[in-house]
Amino acid sequence: MESYRLSKLKLLEAESIYIIREVMAAFEKPVMLYSVGKDSSVMVRLAQKAFYPGKIPFPLLHVDTGMKFREMYEFRDRYAKEIGAELKVYSFREALSRGTNPWELGTVKCCALLKTQALLRALKEGGYDAAFGGARRDEEKSRAKERIFSFRDEFGQWDPKNQRPEIWNLYNTLINPNESIRVFPLSNWSELDVWHYIHLEKIPVVPMYFAKEREMIVRGGCLIPLEGPIPLKEDEKPQKIMCRFRTLGCYPCTGAVLSKAATVPEIIEEVMTVTNSERITRLIDHDQDSSMEKKKREGYF
Amino acid sequence: MDANRPAIETFLKQNQEADLLRFTTAGSVDDGKSTLIGRLLYEANGLYEDQLAAVRKDSQKFKREELDLSLVMDGLKAEREQGITIDVAYRHLSTPKRHFIIADTPGHEQYTRNMATGASTADLAIILIDARQGVLVQSRRHTFISSLLGIRHMVFAINKMDLVNYSEEVFRKIQDDLESFVEKLSVPDLTYIPISALMGDNVVQRSGRMPWYEGPSLLNFLENVRILSDRNLIDLRLPVQYALRPDREFRGYCGCVVSGIIRRGDPILVLPSQRKTKVKTILTEEGETSYAFSSQAVTVTLEDEIDITRGDMLVHPANLPGIRREIDAILVWMDHEVMKPGKLYLIKHTTQLVKGTVTRLHFRINPESLSREKTSKLKLNEIGRVTMQLYREIFCDEYTKNRQTGSFIMIDPMTHGTVAAGMIIERGRLPAMVKPDEKGEVKSSFIHRQEGTVSSKDREKLLRQKPATLWLTGLSGSGKSSIAFELEKRLMAEGHLCYVLDGDNVRHGLNRDLGFSPGDRSENIRRVAEVAHLFNEAGVFVITAFISPYREDREQARNIIGKDSFLEIYTDAPIEICEKRDPKGLYEKARAGLIPEFTGVNAPYEAPEVPAIHLKTGEESVDLLAERILRHLREQGFLIRG
Repeated sequence: MESYRLSKLKLLEAESIYIIREVMAAFEKPVMLYSVGKDSSVMVRLAQKAFYPGKIPFPLLHVDTGMKFREMYEFRDRYAKEIGAELKVYSFREALSRGTNPWELGTVKCCALLKTQALLRALKEGGYDAAFGGARRDEEKSRAKERIFSFRDEFGQWDPKNQRPEIWNLYNTLINPNESIRVFPLSNWSELDVWHYIHLEKIPVVPMYFAKEREMIVRGGCLIPLEGPIPLKEDEKPQKIMCRFRTLGCYPCTGAVLSKAATVPEIIEEVMTVTNSERITRLIDHDQDSSMEKKKREGYF
Repeated sequence: MDANRPAIETFLKQNQEADLLRFTTAGSVDDGKSTLIGRLLYEANGLYEDQLAAVRKDSQKFKREELDLSLVMDGLKAEREQGITIDVAYRHLSTPKRHFIIADTPGHEQYTRNMATGASTADLAIILIDARQGVLVQSRRHTFISSLLGIRHMVFAINKMDLVNYSEEVFRKIQDDLESFVEKLSVPDLTYIPISALMGDNVVQRSGRMPWYEGPSLLNFLENVRILSDRNLIDLRLPVQYALRPDREFRGYCGCVVSGIIRRGDPILVLPSQRKTKVKTILTEEGETSYAFSSQAVTVTLEDEIDITRGDMLVHPANLPGIRREIDAILVWMDHEVMKPGKLYLIKHTTQLVKGTVTRLHFRINPESLSREKTSKLKLNEIGRVTMQLYREIFCDEYTKNRQTGSFIMIDPMTHGTVAAGMIIERGRLPAMVKPDEKGEVKSSFIHRQEGTVSSKDREKLLRQKPATLWLTGLSGSGKSSIAFELEKRLMAEGHLCYVLDGDNVRHGLNRDLGFSPGDRSENIRRVAEVAHLFNEAGVFVITAFISPYREDREQARNIIGKDSFLEIYTDAPIEICEKRDPKGLYEKARAGLIPEFTGVNAPYEAPEVPAIHLKTGEESVDLLAERILRHLREQGFLIRG
């Protein structure tokens, strides 16, 4: 018997593949932002599916702040090689050589330089007219309102009040030279959808997502991993804590959560019963009122 | 954790089987829309605790009295400060039965375009009505736009019932008002639920405070409403999105099956080239599959090497979309710059981008009264009916039949802004919601019907017959004319007066100003029906031989002629036989692309559902078929012996 039912995940998958192909067909030089996180992993898998039996026809771009976790770097290089994808890594060298870090500059300025500015430079230098990002609408309030095809002016800025209406799945892909589009194929996925898909598709992810005993310090109620030269405050002492990371960012600004979830089904179970949404462990979302919206206006993903 | 393993396995299975419902919410300012969604998310555990904590903080900051659930939804900073939603926001909600994606759209008038945006991908719309205010101008606008965007399931949530003492009377009055409005629209599924989003009555749980209401709670309804049958699994339409050529050997075509089902081995017609081939493989990354259906993204390889590019469409040869360079459509105008007929726009339809202009703006539709208004331009948030000329053919269906091939957006070639959403309607027809009078408009109010003293009974007696119109309908080459003339001969031989109105003959005179577009076809049929009616009034039998492919047109003919005198006769032969007969060589020409809108080739034929007589003209001779009609007339008392 033929069945004509599609599960939610299969519908989301089809929608994302459609979006990825649309970008490939309509733009000159697309690139896929690859942050090494779980959403990126899903997005890359969808890109593989979209062009099977061919290879992913555009490069993956990692904007490297130099402050990612060792495990992330290892995973990134191994995985890109394994799937035969073209990986490009971009760092804002001048800012790094000036010693930019969040302890001295504060998270706002640090992000503006190492992430937003670095991203804009990377896109400009690469001549990319479309960039995929793995953001989901359920992550943060202002993301909930961003279009799937999000138009950026020549400075990479987002204007939330002047977004193009997005009707049916007829995406407007037209831009002028120097303007660009950010595309979010996972817009309609939830955190649970992402994990469930990783489970079903057996997609490899960075081991940091899984719980194990790690060397941590407790600061302001957050679990900060002891990686790199984090300046310790007086009363802080490293301790072994069973924990995992719900999202992966830069080590100074990414906290872990107490967890025993060591497998994907266990993570799913945790996601279903957890009482805090995932971005709470990302310090940068809380540094200013409407901070994500502000960053996006300036060109952040 | 191990003890929980079966629980998580069960959960994963359930989570995977639950389907997806997309719905949109609309309401006027202060109808409590965001509060309702906040309540749904909160009660259905879709809302995480820290998001709730952030809401508590914001509520204090903006000096609101109580915990304000709407702050969860109103994402952008400006909105939080003004307390209104200005854009579409998307949220997730999951229950064990179903997943939901909610598009929350703004209520105030100037943001109609966002409402249309939210509605365009929704299966269902919730329209909020403030029980104290009743049906407002904007409620009607929201209802109309949702129906225009093809939403089949509409739920009217009569909110703030707590502020009207949970009064049944208030609820019934609003329901009555809504019913008299929605009967003018074509929405197959309507539901009315009294709720209080603030207090939680009938949102997730049935409320004990309204015992007079016997229906389900809102969430219960959303979990159970059937949406699967809304999909079009009949008409295969696969717009080619991307031609995949990773190496020399492989040549695949990527795209979404927007409707219908495609199977391995299916005969395929490629549009616009009209080349025929077969499906060789249907590929996904998991491997080959034997079939794929609407909303799946696939890669297809074909038996023959044919030049196919983005924008082409794969269809079944016996089920073609309209192939049009001129279309009629309803536009929702979304740009500050007014729509100018004659200006060049870019039109994105399926995976095609074509240039085009609006050649005629017929009227604007008032979304509150549904009346038509004369106008020379369309402004932001206005809705109008237009005729458009395209620089290249598109492959389309009516929006009501196919949401994907019936929709398009218009883009300003200078600013690149998306300026309009368009929905294709049959040419010459009105959108279902704007209905003309039954007999159409009479152009001058000084026309009155005149009555004589000779009655139709007198004529029946004189001619020994109860006149009727025998309306033959069927494909070109299905035998209409042959049967009509044979029948005419036999009736005359028995002394009965009759006359054949034949398609070609009428088009040489009475209807020589008409072409073959759906609009002209409709007018052709209307005129013929009026003439047949006059002949019948004069006591004469009429036999008509017209393809008359549209059900709606034959329905109109039945209304003009009168249902007792109108006998629909279906000359039914498979298209292959008709094409083989091809008495006028028309099929050959149509296949060669020389006839733009030829029924069965590149224009649809809608078969009668219950014809008075169904003739299988591929199986019996003309003599036998004519005799069968004659016998029917005798048995039904149309021929009076004397």
